[in-house]
Amino acid sequence: MLVFNDLKKNLKKDLSKLKKLRLAFLGDTATQFIAQAIKGMGVEYHLDIDLFEADFNQIDRQIFDPGSELYHFDPEVVLIFESSHKLLQKYNKTAPDTRRQFAESTILSVREKVSVLQERTKSKIIFCNYTEEDDRAFGQYANKVAASFIFQLRKLNFLLQESAVQTTNLYICDLSAIQNTIGRERFWSASIYTHTEMVVSIDALPDFALSVVRIVQSFQGQLKKCLILDLDNTVWGGVIGDDGIENIQIGQLGIGKVFTEFQYWIKKLQQRGIIIAVCSKNTASIAKEPFEKHPDMVLKLSDIAVFIADWDNKADNIRKIQQVLNIGFDSMVFLDDNPFERSIVRENIPQITVPELPEDPALYLDYLYGLNLFETISYSNEDSQRTQQYQKEAERLVFQESFTNESDFLQGLDMRSDTKSFDSFTVPRIAQLSQRSNQFNLRTVRYTEDDIKRIAQSDKYLTLSFTLEDKFGDNGLICAVILEKQDEKSLFIDTWFMSCRVLKRGMESYVLNAIVDLAKKNGFTTLLGEYIATPKNEIVKDHYKSLGFQPKGDLWKLDIDQYERNSNYILKK
Amino acid sequence: MEKKEILLVLQAIFREVLDDENIVLSEETVSNDIEGWDSLTHIQIIVAIEQHFKIKFTSKEILSWKNIDEMLHSICEKKV
Repeated sequence: MLVFNDLKKNLKKDLSKLKKLRLAFLGDTATQFIAQAIKGMGVEYHLDIDLFEADFNQIDRQIFDPGSELYHFDPEVVLIFESSHKLLQKYNKTAPDTRRQFAESTILSVREKVSVLQERTKSKIIFCNYTEEDDRAFGQYANKVAASFIFQLRKLNFLLQESAVQTTNLYICDLSAIQNTIGRERFWSASIYTHTEMVVSIDALPDFALSVVRIVQSFQGQLKKCLILDLDNTVWGGVIGDDGIENIQIGQLGIGKVFTEFQYWIKKLQQRGIIIAVCSKNTASIAKEPFEKHPDMVLKLSDIAVFIADWDNKADNIRKIQQVLNIGFDSMVFLDDNPFERSIVRENIPQITVPELPEDPALYLDYLYGLNLFETISYSNEDSQRTQQYQKEAERLVFQESFTNESDFLQGLDMRSDTKSFDSFTVPRIAQLSQRSNQFNLRTVRYTEDDIKRIAQSDKYLTLSFTLEDKFGDNGLICAVILEKQDEKSLFIDTWFMSCRVLKRGMESYVLNAIVDLAKKNGFTTLLGEYIATPKNEIVKDHYKSLGFQPKGDLWKLDIDQYERNSNYILKK
Repeated sequence: MEKKEILLVLQAIFREVLDDENIVLSEETVSNDIEGWDSLTHIQIIVAIEQHFKIKFTSKEILSWKNIDEMLHSICEKKV
């Protein structure tokens, strides 16, 4: 782990090539070090964080004064850090008979701040929860006294979670979890606080900064989407090919329980939408046997989206997995107990994350918890069906290999798309795709659920969403288009993104036909498109050109009357 | 540990924290003599000294030092 001084040195590096991000930081204590740490940690993750640090203890003024520096700064992210030490000071000053309501009244003021920020900005808000500080006024009996400080503090953290569930743009930075991990002794230093008003010790700054940067990264769609597993001594103890199914270690006994608990963790990731793949040096039938027959296996074959077990080089096999999934290597994590395999994969595919698993499997889980690799900023039911969809994709690839002619293959897929304007059912999924789509995304403007709702209801926009199903199954909602009315004649394609699961199926042509139909119906004659390059969306660089748009300055223009419908094999559902 | 040795350790800590290899400390050095030694970096320096020598300063001590010699003095007292 980096120390604070490393982070400070990062600020002297050349930041010109990094992605810029405007973050406003409001705190009720001295926050200079935290601000430096966040900027320095940003550099580690390729972010140049332009950080506005409000003067000491100005949270309320900055938020409630519409002319404050905060609003001039126009932040993309607002980070609010109210310390538990200040919270304790407030509590100390309250009348004893009102202390039972302390958490409730505090959360009201938090909600008010959040709602004012939401009215006045489009920023995402990160609120730090409260680290536990117990005045021990009631001893452990405080747990039975609703008016005690620790009772109210814990309640407040719970209420913060509830507020975050209800408020799309509110995210919690889990400071309390950091203190639980590193301990209060390391998190807080009374002597330094006394003459600086700093409440986070220098040792804890990197952890704090990393938590913030991880959330910011996930705002930008930099998420881990796939976990690739080795099998022997990673998913179970022992070597299946040598030891046989009766002798591998898994279950309730000895080291076996380590692997069982590890598998439960992977299962939870799978259930929340992380794609699980297997990449093992084994004979396929032998490697699959425990999944099919071992009574203690938590993971089943149905949990694995892509299963590769052979004797080829693992880096090559991971490339094959990447082809099926069609996601970036930087969104993949590879777990293998063997340092040799890890280094081969790391050398050949530098973008992939390859944790240095501890030698002792008993330590796997705590080590992986510590890395906290799987941040997200959304969760929907569709996430849990992702495995099936990728299994279908693998079947499609096999089906495709039986055709020599691509159009025969596409025709044979029997594709149908449900095409309609955004509605309340599709809004969450559209917002989620807006956050996640990196490759097939023409302008990479990220929208939250609230944004999408607003756009869906506004008469300045026309919207379209698309599902795609075929003989192998339903891909769900895979594409969205937002058209902005520029004037009576022209529509600007503000947003066009598509899941990479459905590339090379003619979906682009189908979507453009639908856009043209909608535009005509509403009396528009011109479509304008724009491509904004990012490190990830190279694949759509020539998107408008190949669909027949003409260059017009930095934009692309399509004359609707001249448009000849692009052919494809997708039918409207 | 000799006062001179401690001075060299201090110098190394100052160089690391302030990221400046040219810093030279003497017993008479005060904060105005060193670029970047302000109330913020002072905290970092204190924490680094505490960690290196495995000692803890009181908040009173932290506020009382006027020059390097007095810092050396506090460290020596605790390391005996």
